Amino acid sequence: MENHNTHAQDAHGSHGGSMKSYVIGFLFSIILTIIPLVVVLNDMLSKKATTVLILVMAILQFAVQLLFFMHIRDEEKPRFNLMALIFGLVILLTIVAGSIWIMTYNTVG
Amino acid sequence: MAHAVSRTANAHGGHGAGHGGGHHDEHHDQESLKTFGFWLFLITDVILFGTLFATYVVLRFSTDGGPTGAELIEINGIIVSTFILLTSSFTSGIAVLEMNKGNKRGLIGWLAITALLGASFVFLEVNEFMHLVHEGATIGTSAYWSAFFTLVGIHGLHVSLGLVWMISIMLQLGRRGITPVTKRKVSIISLYWHFLDVVWIFVFTIVYLMGVM
Repeated sequence: MENHNTHAQDAHGSHGGSMKSYVIGFLFSIILTIIPLVVVLNDMLSKKATTVLILVMAILQFAVQLLFFMHIRDEEKPRFNLMALIFGLVILLTIVAGSIWIMTYNTVG
Repeated sequence: MAHAVSRTANAHGGHGAGHGGGHHDEHHDQESLKTFGFWLFLITDVILFGTLFATYVVLRFSTDGGPTGAELIEINGIIVSTFILLTSSFTSGIAVLEMNKGNKRGLIGWLAITALLGASFVFLEVNEFMHLVHEGATIGTSAYWSAFFTLVGIHGLHVSLGLVWMISIMLQLGRRGITPVTKRKVSIISLYWHFLDVVWIFVFTIVYLMGVM
């Protein structure tokens, strides 16, 4: 039974997303690139606020690519792709945040 | 994956008449397993870029009295290449849509547009690097520039390798048409291309936008 289901899905092309979702994703990614550009190039906010804003925009942009282009939502259970991704992100955050933390206190001593 | 395993087991069980279909499913499962394997490669690449970003962030002030990023970076060229890469991520998605419709000509055409955009990105990056070296910032100038060229350069290398790979898939599509195997290859390269776009967004934000702030 399962086989029939997956084949039917492939035939309808629902696996690869639709034109609409690609266009929406593309528009989002353009907007999320223009906002930080305008804010940084015109010095609209304080340095700290700008840093937070552009990092949030980058993370949203990552989410847009993941949802609209890489179709992370369409994955069947068990979601091994999603689990592997979360594992990778945990390592990434540990390396980046850990390095910054260690090196910040290193300069004091 | 548990799905895949149980399905393969069913195929091996060979319930009489379903033998031919069983073979097909086995093939299908092989392809989805290969896609998953590629996803795992992307995760290791996330970790690779994570270490490079960590190095860059830690060394961002270590310019050794030499030129800083803010002095030499020309943001206009970077803005152009950012939009080029964003657009190429979109066009590689359109290529997958054309493939799902079974339109071989459309698929190869959109892949070619993606590859052209990717090539212009690499061209702009090489130009930028030549400009920086001309201004006296080489990979050996300071810890900052070593981290800069390693991070940005490894991303550029990924894009260049992706171009070679994409062109060879286009050649294969021309010869073999849209088969389960070439279908899997196209979805993998499009996944890779979206991934490179994501990495670039962070390079753009952390290296360039924060660099000129």
